[in-house]
Order: sequence, then structure tokens, then C-alpha cells
Amino acid sequence: MIELERLEKRYGDVVAVDGISLRVERGECLVLLGESGCGKTTSLKMVNRLVEPTAGTVRIEGEDTREIEAHALRRRIGYGFQRVGLFPHLSVAENVAVTPRLLGWPEERIARRVDEILARVELEPGTFRERAPRELSGGQQQRVGLARALAAEPEILLLDEPFGALDPITRDRIQQSFTQLRRDLGTTVVFVTHDMVEALLLGDRIGVMKEGKLVQLGTPDALLRTPADDYVAELMSTPRRQTEAVERLLGSAGS
Amino acid sequence: MRDQLVLLPGFLTAHLQLTLVALGLGAGLSIPLGVLVTRRRSLEPGVLGFASVMQTIPSLALLAIMVPALAALGALTARWLGFELRSIGYLPAIVALTLYSMLPILRNTVAGIEGVDPALVEAARGVGMTPRQRLLQVELPLALPVIVAGLRTATVWVVGTATLSTPVGATSLGNFIFSGLQTRNFDAVLMGCIASAALAILLDQVIRVLEVGLVAGRRALVAGASGVMLALCLWAAGSFAAARLGMTEAPVRVGAKAFTEQYVLSEIMAQWIAAETGAPTEAVSSLGSTVAFDAVRTGEIDVYADYSGTIWATLMKRETLPEQRGDVLGGVEAWLQETHGIAMPGALGFENRYALGMRGEQARSLGLRSVSDLARVAGRLEIGGDLEFFARAEWASLERAYGLAFRARRSMDPALMYQAVAGGEVDVISAFSTDGRIAAYDLVLLDDDRGVIPPYDTIMLASPQLVRERPEVLAALARLAGRIDEAAMQRMNLTVDRDGRSPADVAAEFLAGLGK
Repeated sequence: MIELERLEKRYGDVVAVDGISLRVERGECLVLLGESGCGKTTSLKMVNRLVEPTAGTVRIEGEDTREIEAHALRRRIGYGFQRVGLFPHLSVAENVAVTPRLLGWPEERIARRVDEILARVELEPGTFRERAPRELSGGQQQRVGLARALAAEPEILLLDEPFGALDPITRDRIQQSFTQLRRDLGTTVVFVTHDMVEALLLGDRIGVMKEGKLVQLGTPDALLRTPADDYVAELMSTPRRQTEAVERLLGSAGS
Repeated sequence: MRDQLVLLPGFLTAHLQLTLVALGLGAGLSIPLGVLVTRRRSLEPGVLGFASVMQTIPSLALLAIMVPALAALGALTARWLGFELRSIGYLPAIVALTLYSMLPILRNTVAGIEGVDPALVEAARGVGMTPRQRLLQVELPLALPVIVAGLRTATVWVVGTATLSTPVGATSLGNFIFSGLQTRNFDAVLMGCIASAALAILLDQVIRVLEVGLVAGRRALVAGASGVMLALCLWAAGSFAAARLGMTEAPVRVGAKAFTEQYVLSEIMAQWIAAETGAPTEAVSSLGSTVAFDAVRTGEIDVYADYSGTIWATLMKRETLPEQRGDVLGGVEAWLQETHGIAMPGALGFENRYALGMRGEQARSLGLRSVSDLARVAGRLEIGGDLEFFARAEWASLERAYGLAFRARRSMDPALMYQAVAGGEVDVISAFSTDGRIAAYDLVLLDDDRGVIPPYDTIMLASPQLVRERPEVLAALARLAGRIDEAAMQRMNLTVDRDGRSPADVAAEFLAGLGK
């Protein structure tokens, strides 16, 4: 369980995040949705203290994160982002094993876990274990990134547009397997995206952010039915409009 | 060539010691400093600025500056900490070379770490690395190729620059080059150049192979290159230790400035001391002129030969001569004793004067015999002087006394001066009266008819320490007084300069002749 309480981040006079409060339940996937610059990434990074809040509190399982050393906190929380950041001088297996090693797991447990988690992200361990990151396709790198985030069996996973750079087919596949994976593991997820469709498909609840503020927080259904304001309504109507346009095209092509 | 080869192991080992220690210190300081700069950006201008300034100082000057700088520092440490730093020899060379090696390593460390993809830094933080783990496991490994490139640049620079540590009293491959240039022994110059180039290439390649091995994870390459590096370090350290341990009796250190006559005289004194007292000796060659004096004053060398007029004009800063020219020698001896506690075991028996020299044929056709004659036609002539001549008191006196005004003047290496006047490149030079090339090139020396140039009796100077601790050496040196006349010295200089004989051989022959 993650609680944000009146969380705020300022850079000089610029307010990046303007006092947001929310709660992510255990096993839930909360999507933070908004345009670039709305403060969603900053909010996410304040959870594992990659960004230190100017004011407000983050609590994990009731514990104030300021009480925990930053690096120790991050070892408990999986983190993945769009640019992946696989270490080029390490093999796939070594990349995945980074956090377990930092935690001092015994080598044989690490080896077992690496194979297990690679298999879970649909990369055959025998084939991929010893590969260098540069030998992988973009989609494969994203999978390794996800495996690295999950390797130390974290209860919480923070993802910042992790599938943003993928082609549509790969993205579709990886989104489906991701939902399966997180349900199997029971991981609590905070997921940042600017893609409406992705938010609707993956989120148990969606928090819409605009100019540093949390505009509305609710299930996809609630957001679609009762948007809090014109911005949310506009946002929610976009995928529907697109779907209708696609259907019209398909319909006219069929006739 | 063969007599040069005999010297190679010693010079090469000394050069290797200088290079490895300076590079080790340079890397040991620069890499952490570079890391610090990437953590505290406010330090960057100061630190990189300092290293850049060190780099822009001409390397020869940087080495030379270290001598008075360390002497000043040594005076402070002597006062507050109870020990004096050695301002001549290894220490100034190591300090200067270390400073010189810093910029490329420092700059590349900063550039290498800053060049690491920000996504990787974010990933390293995200997976839970501490700042230290991030540095050691991500930033330094990824910056390694850039840092190594800086280290290789520094290596090549330091190997080359280390040849310039000879004049501050540290033996190096520069001993070949400096003494070779002065004694016109181009085999020696070539030997020094080839050996230092080969050493630079060897070290550069060893580091390159080490890096390739590390980056590609090839254990055999890493092991091979580390092995070679380790062997070089052991060799350098081992020979250093052996030299210290194997020495039961401290050697008498005999200094020489950087010209032929000095090499010959230091050999004569060294061989004479060895023969008379059985004490081991060590040559400290090619010292700068004032470096040699400072070295004997502080006891870093025990003995060397200098010239009464040089001390009178340059060190005592006397602008006029006493009524009796003979009083100069006594004045110098008293000054050395009273001001610095330096003893003068004796004068060797000849003068090596500064004198204005020109081609005999030109002097005859212009009808010139004295400096006064020269002054009348100087406006049409060009003068060449050794590197320090125009800054010396003697030149100021000559200019003032005779009203000398030449069309142009040029400073040049004394080794090239005689050739320059013989070939007509200049008309007049600041010759040394005992130089063998005066006769060889048919030059004449113009008479100092107003007597402004002080007498230059060649004298032996012994350190206060030698006076205290080795009276038998001092007594032996006193027995050498008056044994060398001007003709003998000219002959010996010529034999080295023209015939390419080694100063050691020439000295040995001379001493053998004395014995009869």
C-alpha cells in the first residue's frame, strides 16, 4: 500500500507537483495519466525518492519513506522507465541480477531467480542469459528492463512509460503479458503514461493529472461515465472517437 | 655506440623509475580528483584551471622552477618539521612530472564520467545502488576507455618530458641527450631519443592491451599486460632498493654542468677520488649552472668544478674587479667559506675565460686584435652567445666598458655556437677560452684590453658536508690542485668534441699520464 499525502515538488518558482494526495491499494495498478509536463513522472519518482519532495509525505505500508535510506528503499521497489537503461557492460543475466546482488542474495538463489523471471517475461533463459544488451531488439530490451525491475521480488513496481518506444504490435503483446504477470505476482503498480488507451487497458484506477494537480481519480468506468470536468471529458472521448473513426473506415471498406 | 650501450641499462632504469612513479602519482591524484569534480561542479574551474596552467608552463621551466620552489619549501619543513626536502634530484623531477601528467588524466576522467548516458545513471539509482556503488559499478567501468585514453596521453608526455629532468639532477635517458649534444656525440643523442621513444611506445601499448582486455573481458590479455606492467614496476622498484641496500658506503657525488669540460673534469675528480681514497663515486651530470651551486651548497652533490669569475659576477654580484686580478680568487674563496661553508680544495691550474671569438681570417682582414678594435666595427657584425651569456654580468660590463653595439645578437646552445661562427652564421661568439674547437675551427680570441672580464680560475668546490665527514676526500682533491694546464684542458676538450671519445676515457688517460 502506498500513500501520498499533500505531496509537493517545486523547482524554484515552478511548481511541478502541487499537493497531491492518493492511496494505492495492495495489488492494485494505478495509472497516472496526463500530458508531458503535468507532473506525473515527478510524482512517480517521489515514491522511490529519485526526486525528493519539497513538502508532503510518502508512506509505504504505513512507513514514512524519509525514515528509510534512499538506496535501501529503492531495492524494495522495482523501477522501469522508457529508456530502459540496461547496463551495456553487463550481460542480460547480470543486468537482471543487479538488485538481488545488492541485497546480498546467495548466488544460486540469484541464478534461479534470473532464469525464472526471464521466463516470465517470455525470454528463453538459455538463449538470452549471456547476451549483451546491444544484441537485443527494442522489445527484448524492454522485457529485460521489466525483468530487472521485478528480480528482487518487490511488492511495489513503478513504471514510467515503459512501453512508450515500442511498435504497436510488440506493445500490444507486452501489455497483455504484463497484466497477466502482475496479477500472478500480486504486485502493487504505479504506471505513468500519456496514452489513453494504455491507461484504460492496464489501470484498475486512473489518476488524471494536469498542471501538477490531480484532477480526477477513479476507475476507467467512472472516468468514462462521470468525468469531473471538461478536460477529463475531452480526454476520455478521444479513444472512443478514434475507435468510431476506425470502425467507419473498416465498415466502408467492407461494403 | 658500444660505450653508450653500457650506460643504457642504468639510464633506462632511472627513466623508468621516474616515469612510473610520476604516472602512478598523477593517476592516483587525478582520477579521484576528477571524480570529485563530477560530484562538486563548483570545483571544476579551479581544479581543471590549475591542471591547465601546469600544462602550459614549458616543461623545462616547470622542472627548473621545482628546484627553488622545493628549496623554499624545504626551508619551511626544516624549520617546522625538522627535516629538509631535497631540492635537487628525484624529488623536483617527480613533482614536476606528476603535475605535468595530471591534465590529460583529470580532463578525461571528468569527460568520461560526464559522458555516461544519464539513463544509465538513473537506472543505477533506480535499482538501489549507493552513490559509491554507482561510481564503481557503472560510471567508472563505462568511463574507463576515456580515462585510459587520457592515461596513455599522459604516459607518452611523461616519458618524453622525463628526459628534461637531467638538468635538475635526476638521471634519465636525457643524460644521453644533454651530454651528447654538448660533446657532439650524436650516437648518444640518438640512443637517448630511440630509447625514450621505444619506452613510450612500450608503455602506451601495454596500457592499451590492458584496456582492450578489460573492456572485452579477455582474461589472457589482462593477465599478459598486467604481467608486463608488474615486471616493469618490480624492475624499477627492485633496482631502486638494490641501489640503496647494496651501498655500504655513501658514494661521493661528483657534479657536472652541461658542457664538455665539465664532463671531463667531473670524471677526472671522480676517478682521482676513487684511486686515492677507494671511496665509491657517483656522477650527477648535466646540471644547470646555478643548480650545481645550490646542490653543493645543500650537500646534494659533494664536489664539482666552477669558475672564480662566474661566482664573482653571478653569485657574488660584484660589478667591478679588484685592483689586483689575483684578489678575485681569494675573495671568492673567502665568500664561499663565510657565506655558505663551501670549501675550495684548490684551483685546478687553468683558466676558462669568457672571451669574444671570431674567425681568424675575418679578424685578420678587419685588422681586429682586441675588443676595443671590435667595438669600432661592431655595428656591422652579429654576435652569438650561449644561452645565459646576454643575461650575465660579464656581458653588461663588456657593453658598458667598450660601448659595444652589434647589428644583431642571437642566443644559442653552446654546442652549436662554434659551428655557427665557423660557418659565418654569426661573426662573433662568446667563446670559452679552453674550448678545443677554437683551434679546430681556426678561431681567434680578442684581447680584453680594458680588463673588464674577471679571471676564471677553475676551482673545485666541496660541500660543507664533505668537509665535515670526508676529510680524506678533501685532502685527495687538494692534491689535484694545479695539475691541469690550459693546453691540456684544450686538448682533452678537443678529443671529446672532435674525435667523439668519451669523457671517462679521456679523463682516465690524463690521470694515467699524471702518474708517470
